[in-house]
Amino acid sequence: MTAEGLSVEELTVRFGRGARATTALDGVSVAVPAGHTVGLVGESGSGKSTLAKAILGIVPTESGRVLLDGTDVSGLGRQERRAFLRRVQLIPQDPYSSLNPRRTIGQTLAEALDPARARVGRHTDAIHAALEDVALPADAAHRYPHEFSGGQRQRIAIARALVTRPEVVIADEITSALDVSVQAEVLSLLARLRQERDLTMLFISHNLAVVEQVSDEVVVLHHGHVVESGTVGDVFADPASDYTRSLLAAVPGRRDSPASAKKGAALR
Amino acid sequence: MAELTQQAGTAPATPVSRPGRLRWNAALIAGTVLLVVTGVVVTIAALTMLESAEGLSPDIAQPASAAHWLGTDDFGRDLFARALVGAQASLLMALAATAISMTAGVLIGTAIWTAPRRVREFALRIVEITVSYPELLVAVVLAAILGAGRWQLVVAVALANIPATARLAANLSGSIHQRDFVTTARLTGVPRRALISRHLLPNMAEPLLIQVAAAFSTGLVAMSALSFVGLGVQTPDYDLGRLLADALPAIYSRPIEVVGPTLLILVLSIGAMLIGDGLAAAADPRVNRTAPRTPPATTEPRQRDSADAPEPAESSAPVQVRDLVVRRADGTPLVHGVSFDIGRGEILGVVGESGSGKSLTALSLSRLLPEGLTAEASRLRVAGVDLLGRTTRRELADAVAMIYQDPGTTFNPALRMGSQLTEVLRVHRGKSAREAREIITGLLEDVHIVDPPRLLRSHPYELSGGMRQRAMIAAALAAEPSLLIADEPTTALDVTVAAGILRELERIRDETDTATLFISHDLGVVEELCDRVLVMKDGVIVEELSAEQLRSGEVTDPYTRMLLESVPRLSTTPGAGA
Repeated sequence: MTAEGLSVEELTVRFGRGARATTALDGVSVAVPAGHTVGLVGESGSGKSTLAKAILGIVPTESGRVLLDGTDVSGLGRQERRAFLRRVQLIPQDPYSSLNPRRTIGQTLAEALDPARARVGRHTDAIHAALEDVALPADAAHRYPHEFSGGQRQRIAIARALVTRPEVVIADEITSALDVSVQAEVLSLLARLRQERDLTMLFISHNLAVVEQVSDEVVVLHHGHVVESGTVGDVFADPASDYTRSLLAAVPGRRDSPASAKKGAALR
Repeated sequence: MAELTQQAGTAPATPVSRPGRLRWNAALIAGTVLLVVTGVVVTIAALTMLESAEGLSPDIAQPASAAHWLGTDDFGRDLFARALVGAQASLLMALAATAISMTAGVLIGTAIWTAPRRVREFALRIVEITVSYPELLVAVVLAAILGAGRWQLVVAVALANIPATARLAANLSGSIHQRDFVTTARLTGVPRRALISRHLLPNMAEPLLIQVAAAFSTGLVAMSALSFVGLGVQTPDYDLGRLLADALPAIYSRPIEVVGPTLLILVLSIGAMLIGDGLAAAADPRVNRTAPRTPPATTEPRQRDSADAPEPAESSAPVQVRDLVVRRADGTPLVHGVSFDIGRGEILGVVGESGSGKSLTALSLSRLLPEGLTAEASRLRVAGVDLLGRTTRRELADAVAMIYQDPGTTFNPALRMGSQLTEVLRVHRGKSAREAREIITGLLEDVHIVDPPRLLRSHPYELSGGMRQRAMIAAALAAEPSLLIADEPTTALDVTVAAGILRELERIRDETDTATLFISHDLGVVEELCDRVLVMKDGVIVEELSAEQLRSGEVTDPYTRMLLESVPRLSTTPGAGA
């Protein structure tokens, strides 16, 4: 395991207390080496979003460690924690909920750069550069979220996450609220940024085909356990676990899949 | 009130479709005019008429005259001037009370949501308990405790109004808190104060403004009432309530004395209420959409292309749609003349992206178009039932059944599955409860539900999404419909669960005569399931394809090609090799 990058070791998250407690994550270990993209795959309830939240400290963890460049982030003080949260950025799923409708795009980006004061004037250059990165015109900074389509909003959300030049990006189902053609556009944007910026990314999705397209490595999560991990080629071509095999078999519309479709029929 | 007039001043002259901009309506204009004019008049009166309002004069107990419009009282003071000056006092006190209660209420309500969870839960309960006491009663008790006087009255009424505002603000910020932009702002390290001022307050402005108007109006009335019964302003000070109380002893000899204060209370509170109503209407986008801006597009040609085209004379297909046009209330067409047939036991897929009109097409067939939309067609038939004419609910229920996208919201969470699933059979088919149960049990077994009796006993929340969707299919089939409309039935489901639902739909096609209209944005799902596929874009069918053509990529239309290329596909699959 490389020290550089983000890694999660034996992370356990439980919700509730006593007999009614449910285990959302059970000893999950994931490593995202610097410059790599790791796809996190699973169905609803598998714990993928909980993992993202646990890394960012939105949900409390019971045991286990989150490491950034080899440093445990759980024991950080207030200032260090703030610094950590600037180095790791989240892109949320729903572009309609991730932008404040009453603030211009410029104000939103300025806030990411300077949370306390959020002055647009001081960061004009950085804001324009960030918008250019996601192929939006500079005058978008003066407009409000409702003037943009879902795909454009998602690009703004990406710009917002990247404007602070984070080391790690966590993308939580960022294309699942979008139409396919828009999804394709966002994915190609992400691919370009990944190449230009050498991004380290944890890419969470339920869509196996999307994960295959974006990721170097893949981790399959099922009921809070890692059932399989490895490079995309290995896992998708030769899945070791039955669960991964059934996930792959359930993907609709593959052109030559008579055998695996029958296999899927055995599932409930 | 300052915020109100300011907000009014920034309203654009031309209607702009931007949300958050104030849109004027009659109530808002009337209320603002009423309040502003009255406010200006009483302010001027308080500056210039103080002498005649408070100075003693020899003209005692005069009736109304040109010199004294409302007469004079026992001390020779002009009653018109007193009413106006008293109204200024009432107005200022109501404004002060409103300002205090709004500020405190909003602060408490928003702070609750930035507090730790335990503190928040506790504070929310406290607020809920305080809200349950009537405001006027609380004000009376507080005024009695604080003693009489202007400021005591203001404080009593303000305190009584705080819980309502605090609860409103807490509810509003609670819902805003769940949105992602608040989470990201918190993660970014935005300070708490900035979080409230940048993200919470601007997004709850409209309901709070409405609350300002309501608090002002009820506050004014409450203060007048308290002063009237002697718990508020004391002589020699006076407000509208005090003036009414002073007028009471002489009500039979000089009834004109009550006219001034009564009218002013009415004008001020009605003005505030009108503003509140106007703001509420302006904040509700549905109210503003009633008047079409553009005249109905009467010139829109009725598309008759398919009538000219060689049409299979009197097709025998159970579902026949010709030249279907769906319009908005203002005449804008959203679906432009769509025609298709669905044969017995055929699955017709309709694909398209959001806004393509695929769902509207389906909803026209089940006569469930959203309010304000109308469908017209030269033919719209399902199994002999003409959907253009009058149909009974029973005919419709027999002809068409629907499966919706989100199995989480299609069932009533308060009722057991049994009563919901057997409803069609009991209501439309006149089956007894037991017969209906037997039929639905069989159908549930058909869709591979393991223990149907247990499912019938459970509530919707006890079931998984996949089980609910299977139950939905069973209920849809119970009516033995000629047409089954499935609107994105797998979109909300996990892939493995979705695969199972698709197999159920395939089985229905193979085992029954039901025609299926399958709507999806997912080309992968469509090419796997459907016999024939229509590709829709902007309300028009751009291409009709057989499933084989779609699968092999034999498409001609550039839009379809673009769609196909956008679909992410697994290139590495087990067996196929890396």
